Amino acid sequence: MSTAAAPARRARGRVWGPRVVLLGPGTAWWLVFFLVPVGVLIAYSFFSRGPYGGVIYEPTLKNYVRALDPLYIGVLWTSVRIASIATAVALVLAFPAALFIARASSRWRVPLLVLVILPFWTSFLIRTYAWMVLLNPAGLINRVLMGIGVIDEPLPLLYNEFAVTLGLVYAYLPLMVLPIYASLERLGPQASEAAADLYATPAQTLWRVTVPLTLPGIVAGCIFVFVPSLGNFIVPDLLGGGQTVMIGNVIQQQFLTARDWPFGAVLAMSVIVLMFVVLAVQAQVLRRTQEVEHGRPA
Amino acid sequence: MAVRRSRSLRVHMGLLFAFLYLPIAVLVFLSFNSSGLPTVWEGFSLQWYRDLVGDEELLAAIKNSLIVAGFVTAISVVLGTLLALGLQRTVRSRVLDSALFLPAVIPDIVLAIGLLSFFNLLRFTLGLQTIVIAHVVFDMIFVAAIVRTRLGYFDRRIEEAAADLGANPVTTFLLVTLPAILPGVIAGALVAFTLSIDEFVIAFFNSGPTSITFPIKVYSMIRFGVTPVINAVAAIVMVVSLLTIVVALRLTRPKGEVSTGLGVGA
Repeated sequence: MSTAAAPARRARGRVWGPRVVLLGPGTAWWLVFFLVPVGVLIAYSFFSRGPYGGVIYEPTLKNYVRALDPLYIGVLWTSVRIASIATAVALVLAFPAALFIARASSRWRVPLLVLVILPFWTSFLIRTYAWMVLLNPAGLINRVLMGIGVIDEPLPLLYNEFAVTLGLVYAYLPLMVLPIYASLERLGPQASEAAADLYATPAQTLWRVTVPLTLPGIVAGCIFVFVPSLGNFIVPDLLGGGQTVMIGNVIQQQFLTARDWPFGAVLAMSVIVLMFVVLAVQAQVLRRTQEVEHGRPA
Repeated sequence: MAVRRSRSLRVHMGLLFAFLYLPIAVLVFLSFNSSGLPTVWEGFSLQWYRDLVGDEELLAAIKNSLIVAGFVTAISVVLGTLLALGLQRTVRSRVLDSALFLPAVIPDIVLAIGLLSFFNLLRFTLGLQTIVIAHVVFDMIFVAAIVRTRLGYFDRRIEEAAADLGANPVTTFLLVTLPAILPGVIAGALVAFTLSIDEFVIAFFNSGPTSITFPIKVYSMIRFGVTPVINAVAAIVMVVSLLTIVVALRLTRPKGEVSTGLGVGA
């Protein structure tokens, strides 16, 4: 053992020792109770359903073939459509709010932001239930509308796609405001002031300066709303009343009612694949924006 | 022009807050309604809160949730704080960061059935223990994110000074680092506790038949029998989690600043 190797080894030990102690327990938990379970799920998707439910270890692709049935493709399409509309509505509601907060005086920004994020930290289930109460034929919204004479009969607000979309927008809206606000704050007012100095109208400034430069925040917000909306089964269950079925509902049925775990696993794979597609789009947008910011040709 | 624009933004913000808080306000309001119907006001009453206190099944579910949240919080705080220190100080790669955050991003139903399949494969008995394991998977990440925000304000030269004065790493951590980041650790604990108490999807799939948690009980109340007791339950949950989160957010950063608890934002 040469004398030169000893300090090098000690230096390495200084880095690796704390690294194992600090990161070891958490990553071990992540590995055993996240990565392995998702791996098991992927494996199950290639096996057969047992006669009494569960899994028997006969490899097959028939679950994947079955998932191509128009019935399931249709459900997946409905899920993507509803999640997309919810994301778009949330974006339209969230962007002006994020802009307002970013332009507020520094004393008000924090309280406003906290007020936006607070509902997100309370029970999802109960917030969804609140909309069952509001959208009910005898609920507050119908009562008010009938009371002021806008309508004569209660509107069918509950148990349809409208209610499901509304429920998803309500549930995840704060997750859209947050990243957009963060990127607006990072951007600061200088860029839009410069645009105004160059005689851009406010609309032009918004479309050609603010929105492109805050695109990473916008895309992050869209992912934060789209991904959980896609796999959600509580909102369609409670607000859709079994009329609007999303992929999460079918996965739940396969696992808990039909007990066809391999097929349920295949459907879950479709959700994971869609999620990675969305994340790939985000990576692309991030790269483009960085190129623009660093003045390289886009 | 600028004035008119900011006025329309102001109106938008007002409507947005109405949208966010009206449903919550209506539930709290109706929980004091003496009417048996969830949507008709007939006068003030505390009847539903009294019924709630007498509901044995509900109380058992609350007890289960408190047990789960207690264990989850303890484990998540230890793992999450260590992760925060490790990620902040020994890792440059953003890949590990993003990978560790995946359980919080992936749709919860996928995580739920993945864990169910895993527990089934290992012949684990489903119960409170499996819910604890599952909740820690994503709660520790939130703790890590929150503690990290606090760590960002910590001057490491103080640790070096402690080391120069002969403190070993453990002593330095316990007497210098931990006290400095303690508000963040407490905030992380509060968030982990709240998330665990409220978590439904994963518990729904991994609880087994005998260990009903509070959200599972609430779900069955909502689905199979709309009684005004739910409004009382909802009102309590809303108020308690709002207060807890306000405290947690205040603790995350030095005074005057705030964190949203997600690692993004202010």
